Amino acid sequence: MALGIGTFQENYAQDMSIFHSPLQWGSVLVFILFLFTCPLFFSDRILTILTMMGISVISVHGLNILTGYCGQISIGHAGFMAVGGYTSAVLCAKLGAPFWAALPCGALAAGIAGLIFGLPSLKIKGFYLIMATIAAHFIIIWTIIQLHSITGGADGLSVPRAKIGSISLSSKTNYFYMVMGLTCLATLVAKNIVRTKAGRAFIAIRDNDLAAEVMGVSLWSYKLQAFFIGCVYAGVAGSLLTHYYSFASTDQFPFMDSVWYLGMLIVGGMGSTTGAVLGAVALKLLDELVTIAGPILSAAVAPQAAASLALISHGLVIIIFLIFEPRGLHHRWEMIKAYFRLWPFSHEVSE
Amino acid sequence: MTFFLQLVVTGLAQGMVYALIAIGFVIILKCSEVFNIAQGHFVLIGGYLGFTFLVTFGLPIWAALGMAIVTAVIMGLLIERLILRPLLGEPVLAVVMATIALSTILGGLATLLWGAEYKAYHGLLPTITLKIGEISIPSESLIGLIVSVICVGILMLLFRYTKIGLAMRATAEDLQVVQSVGIRATTVYAVSWIIASVVGVIGGILLGGVSGANMDLANIGLKAFAVVLLGGVNSVGGAIVAGIILGMLENVAAGYLDPLLPGGALAQVFPFFVMIIVLIFRPYGLFGLVRIERV
Repeated sequence: MALGIGTFQENYAQDMSIFHSPLQWGSVLVFILFLFTCPLFFSDRILTILTMMGISVISVHGLNILTGYCGQISIGHAGFMAVGGYTSAVLCAKLGAPFWAALPCGALAAGIAGLIFGLPSLKIKGFYLIMATIAAHFIIIWTIIQLHSITGGADGLSVPRAKIGSISLSSKTNYFYMVMGLTCLATLVAKNIVRTKAGRAFIAIRDNDLAAEVMGVSLWSYKLQAFFIGCVYAGVAGSLLTHYYSFASTDQFPFMDSVWYLGMLIVGGMGSTTGAVLGAVALKLLDELVTIAGPILSAAVAPQAAASLALISHGLVIIIFLIFEPRGLHHRWEMIKAYFRLWPFSHEVSE
Repeated sequence: MTFFLQLVVTGLAQGMVYALIAIGFVIILKCSEVFNIAQGHFVLIGGYLGFTFLVTFGLPIWAALGMAIVTAVIMGLLIERLILRPLLGEPVLAVVMATIALSTILGGLATLLWGAEYKAYHGLLPTITLKIGEISIPSESLIGLIVSVICVGILMLLFRYTKIGLAMRATAEDLQVVQSVGIRATTVYAVSWIIASVVGVIGGILLGGVSGANMDLANIGLKAFAVVLLGGVNSVGGAIVAGIILGMLENVAAGYLDPLLPGGALAQVFPFFVMIIVLIFRPYGLFGLVRIERV
């Protein structure tokens, strides 16, 4: 990676640091400060959008570790979110567990579901794994509907408003603070997981599983670890989603969401933590654009134009990225940074 | 016993529909190693095209079928040229995502053009009802069966006796050899997409003629993947056999187990259970090519 002018790495700790220069530290702090002062200048509607973005970012981080780093493609991510969401919802609604305890339990449950449905990945890959994860999604949703006495089945389940200690999270602002806090934490953890031994093992498995196994990376252990971590993230996101609505329903976890999470990963750039964030934000923005443009188009063309606009625009964006920018927004961002590194005296645009 | 037989026959109907969709899928897969998630949406488009040509334009059945096939050829060509050609040689995920995105675009187009409504055109297609003893055979079943048999027959002849069929079989066997003897692989890919799209559209018209066109036609596609996996992804015959097996199993299981389960609707997820079991124990399916890979 190219460093900014005048930034030198003189020891190992500096070389390993995520943020290299005071400028980077400064911009990160300013960004976080901005993030946490959002409720001061934005309306509830924009806070809702940002909260949803945060939840998507957490979910996509999980998918990024599983698919982007470990190469195990999953189109069942919304199913694993449902496991997390329902576990924490049931704990809160039926057993009266506090929110702070239900959230990790939900995450753990999703992780265990991930381990179970990750088992086929030991034997199959590529398209077959895609099929297995699609099956996982439908089986999970079906099971939730079957367990009517516990989960409320197709009717859904009311969840008491989330509370931490004496602070109620029922207001949009408080919930926003919590989601943003968790999103920042999740991003930091995700960034660091892929820098550990396990993270390097994931990359080795993605790039060439045969070579990885021969070099002593245990596929069995690391593939399941990737599934566990990825689904724990999904569980956190799922339980944040159900508590946000203080209602759990299988409609909150439609199959197409699993597809869009993968789409976010593609738009952002696979195998990059920054990419996961960029992709989730970009596709959620597109969602909003469609929500705004849809009614206008419906009025102008035909009543069903709004629904079709959502489908067509998302499909087109994914295809355009696959064809013209397969490495995603993250790569584009790196190119821009490289261009401006020596600007305006650059002799060449370096990678 | 009558109940059981009725379940089996209804299952046969369902199974033939699955098989029909699976055939198009297998052809694309064999020739270009692309997993076409959008196959079910070809059926959807076909169902609505049938409505447009038969009802809106009021064409006779043979003309409507011809027009639909022409449309399907154009659709297949465009999809191959615009979406799949630029993605040649990309990893599995990219191609699969492209076909998923394609399926949403086709779904969106169907919504835009036909309003995602239920469009019925009963009575325009010949309906056949057969009754053997107590069991009535639904005309979906017969039409599905007949169309599948005709499609497979034509395809087998095409593969066996034509030059392009030979090229397609050769491409399925070994791409490098094909390229080195001067066969255009891209033509083969285009033809395979055209065939898949035509098969899907014909299936859609016939299904639409029986049960009306609606957005659910596309969902059958998702289930057809269980069929494809059970039959072995690269076997056309396997797709048909597995389609029938799965359709019957699904209906029998649902018929006997649904009263025992509170929420019911086992038929909705049954194919996915089969899928997981097949993937764990026999990933190459019943008739698929066994690839031994020990990692």
